[in-house]
Amino acid sequence: MTSSVKLTLGPLLYLWPTARWRDFYFQVADEAPVDVVVLGETVCSKRLHFMEPEFGAVVERLEAAGKEVRLSTLALVTLDREANYQRSLAGDDTRLVEANDLSALQALKGRSHAIGPFVNVYNGAAAKVLARNGAKEICLPPELPAASIAEIARSCPDVGFELFAFGRIPLAISARCAHARSKGRTKDNCQFVCQEDPDGLPVNTISGQPFLALNGVQTVSYSCQALLDAPDETLSLGIRSLRLSPQNCDMTAVARVYRDLLDSSLGSDQAASRLHEIHPDLPLSNGFHHGRAGAEWIARLRNAEGLAR
Amino acid sequence: MELICPAGTPSSFREAVEAGADAVYCGFRDETNARNFPGLNFDLSELREAVGYARARSVKTFVALNTFMTAGKEDLWYRRAHEATDAGADALIVADFGLMAYVAERLPQQRLHISVQASASSPDALFYLVENFGAARVVLPRTLTISDIARISRRVGCELEVFVFGGLCVMAEGRCSLSSYATGKSPNMNGVCSPASHVRYRQAGSDMMSELGNFTINRFSANEPTGYPTLCKGRFEIAESKTYAFEDPVSLDVMDQLDELRAAGVKALKVEGRQRGKAYISEVVSTLRATLNAAPHERAALMSRLKALSEGQQTTHGAYEKRWR
Repeated sequence: MTSSVKLTLGPLLYLWPTARWRDFYFQVADEAPVDVVVLGETVCSKRLHFMEPEFGAVVERLEAAGKEVRLSTLALVTLDREANYQRSLAGDDTRLVEANDLSALQALKGRSHAIGPFVNVYNGAAAKVLARNGAKEICLPPELPAASIAEIARSCPDVGFELFAFGRIPLAISARCAHARSKGRTKDNCQFVCQEDPDGLPVNTISGQPFLALNGVQTVSYSCQALLDAPDETLSLGIRSLRLSPQNCDMTAVARVYRDLLDSSLGSDQAASRLHEIHPDLPLSNGFHHGRAGAEWIARLRNAEGLAR
Repeated sequence: MELICPAGTPSSFREAVEAGADAVYCGFRDETNARNFPGLNFDLSELREAVGYARARSVKTFVALNTFMTAGKEDLWYRRAHEATDAGADALIVADFGLMAYVAERLPQQRLHISVQASASSPDALFYLVENFGAARVVLPRTLTISDIARISRRVGCELEVFVFGGLCVMAEGRCSLSSYATGKSPNMNGVCSPASHVRYRQAGSDMMSELGNFTINRFSANEPTGYPTLCKGRFEIAESKTYAFEDPVSLDVMDQLDELRAAGVKALKVEGRQRGKAYISEVVSTLRATLNAAPHERAALMSRLKALSEGQQTTHGAYEKRWR
């Protein structure tokens, strides 16, 4: 059985070399069972020129393969140059643009658009404000527990809600580049050192425990959030789409795991072990979904109890 | 420029008024505000009394309702907005779009200030808030340089408030889930960051380890003072080097940039620290008031009185200075 839950490939949050970036998306176009691909720099405006030369070719290949392409916007906008970039993206009237901050909401006012996980939607009232502005699809913040998700979706039935179902969790963004700082540089003379770490640069505690990862001005979790509910549970939360955030692994294989999960041809536990095989370095987490510390992994049995409570 | 001062208790509130605040901000004793700490904040009758005390001395009261409403429990935030308005609050400080819309629609006479937690960091962002909710003032995030602020101020019609002294968020405020990743409790949802309920100190030989949830945040040798494990001010290991990965244990002080902030069009200067005791509030507010009133060449000597109060005794200009990035 094929469920009606779609798969969305979120924007690549990391800086990959141009050719690798292009080839990644070409493979997604040709092989990955995703319905929507959100494309474009989201973390740092200094990186924009890396994807520019191949952007048109990638969009064309994805759309020719039947994928819906959405354009991502920046999550933190302070400079005029960045604000102008947001406005120029908002001018694209052939594709849905995904707002990740307030400046994009202003630029997209009155037009159909999507909302990314960087906009704070913690309740139905906030979702309704965004819907009045033109939001049709909202990817909810990864921090939200399932109880809030169900409540928001129930109170705003005209909007399509999406969950951040796979990937290192975006946890914070700063004016300061901790990634450049860790390599003895500042944001202004960074020389794109974040490119050395295609999955982010791990941050351990001083006791040696893996904890976070740096991605330029963004901090992400060390663990990989993996929401692996059965399709009827996802549907009962009112969710229409799951977001897979690209990591440095075979994302086509990841997408197949989620497609199989949503089509009920794969159970949650099998899905977790398949994900572990695909990216053995990343421990899985799902604590946020259960109202716990985001770093935790709540096993299925506990999970069922949690939902029942 | 107005001086906006914090109060976590009624007695701190009175100290702030007496010490020369133009406005004092405070919150209710629950998760509707971002300093939801045990033993802190105001019930409704305390708030009414505080507003009256301030008003009799021509000082304003701002009420912070600056967390994000829990889905299905919005009524608590709505009720608090009505109560604060009825108590005579001069402004509500709000972060959540849903609550902004409610205040704009149901309490149109109430002055709306946008919390730093809303992360409005560009002219377009401010236009959105002014056009949609009638925002009268925006507290700017600590991600902007003074020249960024001047650029925003030239273009937007609403008032601008900036943080000048106290604790420093390293991350864009209202967009940080580090605390909940480690503990399940976040500034946005619970009004707490790195909460004391999840802090443990553990002796390791002669060292003291500080932990938050299941994670070590710092390790202090016997001759180092043991600091509170605020997550983004912790010491971590990156590529085998142990370092303050995000920020040293410093606090913000840009009181030596008063003329630049005034020239940038800043209307109000905000002091962080609702969790601080009344002795701290009294000392800080009176010193900042004296500094604001003083001639430029007298300011440094006045501000030096506060050095001992700053966290780790070191201060930073933070993002106001481009080099910090």
